Amino acid sequence: MLTGLISPFRRTSGMARWILVSGLFITGVFIAFALFAPWIAPYDFNQQTVDGVKFDKMAPPDGDHWFGTNDQFYDVLSRVIWGARTAVEVVALSVMFSVVIGVPLGLLSGFVGGWVDRVLVFLMDSLYAMPSLLLAIVFSFLLRGPLGGGIIAAALSLTAIYIPQYYRVVRNTTVSAREATYVEAARAIGAKNGTIMGRYLFGNVIQSVPVIGTLNAADAIGTLAALGFLGLGIQPNEASEWGYDLSRALDDAAAGIWWTTVFPGMAIVLLVTGLTLVGEGLNETVNPALRKRRLRPVQLPPHEPSTYLAEKDDTRFAVGDRETVEKRDER
Amino acid sequence: MTEMTDRSASTATSGGPVIDARDLRIWYGTDRGPVKAVDGVSFTLRKGEILGLVGESGCGKSTLGRGLLGLLPEGAKMDGQLRFNGEDLLALPKKQMFAKRGAELGMIFQEPLTRLNPLMRISEHFEETLKAHEKRIGKAEIERRSMEVLRLMGIPPTRFRSYPHEFSGGMRQRLMIALSLVLRPSFVVADEPTTALDVLVEAQIIRILHDLRREFDTSLLLITHNLGIIAEACDRVAVMYAGEVVEIGDARDVFAEPQHPYTRELLRSTISLASTGLNFIPGAPPDLVDPPPGCHFHPRCPDAMNVCATTHPIQREMKNGSRTQCWAADLRNGYAQDLTPEQTTPLSREEISVADEA
Amino acid sequence: MQTKPEPAVVGDDLIEMSELEVHYELRGGTLSRLLGVGAGTVKAVDGVNVTLRRGEVLGVVGESGSGKTTLGRALLGLAKSTRGTITYRKPRAGGEHPEQVVSKMSARELRELRTDLQMVFQDPHAALNPSMSIETAVGHPLKIHGIASGEELRKRVAAALERVGLSPAEQFMRKYPSDLSGGQKQRAVIARAIILDPEVLVADEPVSMLDASVRAKILQLMLDLKADLGLTYVYITHDLATAKFFCDRIAIMYLGRIVEIGPTDEIFADPKHPYTKALLKAIPEPDPHKVVPRDLPRGEIPDAASPPLGCSFHPRCPEAVAECGWESRDLRNLLEEHWTRQDPSVYESEQGLVGDLGVLDKPQKRVTIGKGADSARVRQLLDRARAENPSEPLWRGVDEVRETEDGVEVVFHKGYDPLLRPSGGVEVACVLYPEPVTPEPARPEDDRHGS
Repeated sequence: MLTGLISPFRRTSGMARWILVSGLFITGVFIAFALFAPWIAPYDFNQQTVDGVKFDKMAPPDGDHWFGTNDQFYDVLSRVIWGARTAVEVVALSVMFSVVIGVPLGLLSGFVGGWVDRVLVFLMDSLYAMPSLLLAIVFSFLLRGPLGGGIIAAALSLTAIYIPQYYRVVRNTTVSAREATYVEAARAIGAKNGTIMGRYLFGNVIQSVPVIGTLNAADAIGTLAALGFLGLGIQPNEASEWGYDLSRALDDAAAGIWWTTVFPGMAIVLLVTGLTLVGEGLNETVNPALRKRRLRPVQLPPHEPSTYLAEKDDTRFAVGDRETVEKRDER
Repeated sequence: MTEMTDRSASTATSGGPVIDARDLRIWYGTDRGPVKAVDGVSFTLRKGEILGLVGESGCGKSTLGRGLLGLLPEGAKMDGQLRFNGEDLLALPKKQMFAKRGAELGMIFQEPLTRLNPLMRISEHFEETLKAHEKRIGKAEIERRSMEVLRLMGIPPTRFRSYPHEFSGGMRQRLMIALSLVLRPSFVVADEPTTALDVLVEAQIIRILHDLRREFDTSLLLITHNLGIIAEACDRVAVMYAGEVVEIGDARDVFAEPQHPYTRELLRSTISLASTGLNFIPGAPPDLVDPPPGCHFHPRCPDAMNVCATTHPIQREMKNGSRTQCWAADLRNGYAQDLTPEQTTPLSREEISVADEA
Repeated sequence: MQTKPEPAVVGDDLIEMSELEVHYELRGGTLSRLLGVGAGTVKAVDGVNVTLRRGEVLGVVGESGSGKTTLGRALLGLAKSTRGTITYRKPRAGGEHPEQVVSKMSARELRELRTDLQMVFQDPHAALNPSMSIETAVGHPLKIHGIASGEELRKRVAAALERVGLSPAEQFMRKYPSDLSGGQKQRAVIARAIILDPEVLVADEPVSMLDASVRAKILQLMLDLKADLGLTYVYITHDLATAKFFCDRIAIMYLGRIVEIGPTDEIFADPKHPYTKALLKAIPEPDPHKVVPRDLPRGEIPDAASPPLGCSFHPRCPEAVAECGWESRDLRNLLEEHWTRQDPSVYESEQGLVGDLGVLDKPQKRVTIGKGADSARVRQLLDRARAENPSEPLWRGVDEVRETEDGVEVVFHKGYDPLLRPSGGVEVACVLYPEPVTPEPARPEDDRHGS
């Protein structure tokens, strides 16, 4: 299992490896923030007091508050770190949901074909044609009633945007893989359709899913922030969210209070960049069209004395005598 | 086939060879070390002659064929000597080599459909090819020259403005041959030109290739794994194994009296109408990163002696002009008399299991 | 793997194909679909009668497009037959052979059938799932049919691998297809096919993608397996040389039909159908004293969606006679061929005379060419073409060339579509070998165009 995870990394070289490594590093830092937020962040995301003393409002960065405080008396550094947890949670959930729904749908649609395929293609294309932010807004409105403004609701509204991407990729690879000889061979040994899909097609059509997954994750960070910015995402009392903080801090920026916008903004940009780099790096290794065989420069050793015949040699003997021949074999 | 009888005698006087390759090496790098795809290959090709290049897959025959035209895999290095009509091709700048390709050096590929642009008419393919090398050529001249070569390939003039998909597989291969010949190159490499074709169509293409010299004076290197094709179409044959030419000579001599055990076993393992039993060569061709020491064939060779496992054999020319590199053949022909009895003892080794087969 | 007890006698009928047809509807372009016109039917297998006997190797030989692969797939129910029946007589202990009609089976019954009928594919690289280890792949049939699992499964996989020469089995079980050479992969494919202990193995060009030095090894393995496991083979190939060595009986297929069938010895000693003769002559033999054959059939296997009238082989046949089913499309080929030998200027003037060759594309028994042109000159053109190559078989099938007001009308001789008839020790479908008793042909020449 572990070697399976490392193998794409081992296959890379040069630029692709550099992209992958830097992306993994940036993403790794944010994931660490998310996992260890309670220990890393100096305060809670909705903490306004310490030992009964209220924080200053919009205080500039200093020793107590490295990133300063904002207009709600929150510590910006803590908000940024807790925000990483929110972002990672939402994005991980939404990618998981869309993979779990999109991949089987694509597999089924591509394998079964016929009207099932046509209906699904039409549905997914309609979803895909909609501007993604608009779609997310609609879904978050719809889900706010039953699920409230929490992480699950946000993740589900993002899920709807990304299902069509997995569906399309998996469906198209399935359509071509369906004609492969090994699928016919599976039929010939008496495999049921379910077995063929699960054991023969699945493993061969999901190869590009990790790439789409990471690229979608990057996109989802942006969309989540946009939702928060519009006040439609996660509600401020539920969790810390960068987009929401940005929208609140917008007015402060005009007054010269830079720390409330710069830090959450930086967090968004960095995480999006990190995930995009991972996605592109993976793409270079997984996608055979982009992958280049690793070539090592060759140095041809000097020619040994030729063993080719001298044509005028009457004895019809080789030019290279036994001595040189034996030398050849010592190397 | 009568013209073959005195070929060696007549061509000796008709100027130098079209292709003169000596000690050619083409290596390319991998993580495990350099792959010695072509390692010290020498041969000549005379005007109008067809040389068959035969061997198992992975013996370097395709790399050699492409290398002769300067088409090397990325990262590959080539050295030795390669003269084309007396001109040193390896010393030629890239740009000049590029100009030569197509005009003087042609290539016929295995899968014609992938080499033809589906959106271009046949006439446009010819126009593009001719214009690339002769910028000022006129429309009428393009048509005249393309129609002429198409006619020789048996493609009706009515089809000149058709698209590639309107042709059958055999017709497409003829088109490819016509396209590579329209500039009348004096040397053409045909890499497995009939592998994707049916028997009857294959026979038609072999006939066309065999008759090329009559119209075009072209020298042809025909790469194939099918010994039957070599026998029917070629004047001379070169047998390649593990990056080396182990035997080369007049096709009839080589087939009648193969000198190298690999040639003999390859002939024996070919299933033909005359076959009465199944024969095969045990094992698989070696890894070209680290071929066996001594003679590369010794682990699979039924005639192997102790000397074969330690010392690389020398290329020697026979009385009939064939050349081979094999210690057993040397002994048979009265060479290498100074080998000790210990060296000439049959090599004892373990049975080769299927686990190592190709 | 043990040899199964012999419940049935070698030579019993095992599978009988009767009037088997596998037709595919072509989906046309957007326009024809809008107009509700079908683009036609590809008759991949078109009326095949053949019986597979227990313990034999039946060779099915033909070029690509002959329908040989479809026939093999139909046997296993992988391709759906549109007409006719395939009857499988499952050999049982006690000499009973319950009949099972493959063509009427449900999906479940078909899956069940595949414990008895197995297939080996042409391309071993493609026949194995690249993301499945050899152990899983070879053992999968046992798992699918619920025959073995766990340690038992492992044991049987190891035995099968050893049986096909992949030993030590442990070394191969963990590997993936990409780690194996072509020959090894084909052995793994064979192991997967024999692990269910089948009766019949359909081998579709099992050695054609392999190196010459490996082919003999795989064929030898298949012969050994046949002897040890009591298998019956259908050996599908384009290569008469391996078929000669490997098969007991050979069926030569052309455009969906069997044109000659008989014992291997008879076929090779005295090939009857001109197509069989051509195939034999075309095989490149490793004998440099053999000259390049020059009297081979021209052209290629025609489109199965619109086969020639009469005998499908007649346009290419060097021995064709008047009754073979000559028609307008043959005239087109003749004219085009004629023009490949002419000077461009001659071609241009003649082409202008004949006009659009498209009128010849619809199969017709009488056709008028050179509409609006000087009919005398059109006629002269035909005479020139004839004089150029008087032995051209087409002229045997031309009854009349008439100058009319419209142009020149060419009338072709009435032909027929020959049936498979016994002749000597074989059966052959060729007008040169007519039925001695009833000369009246059973099938009209345009039989294939009727529906």
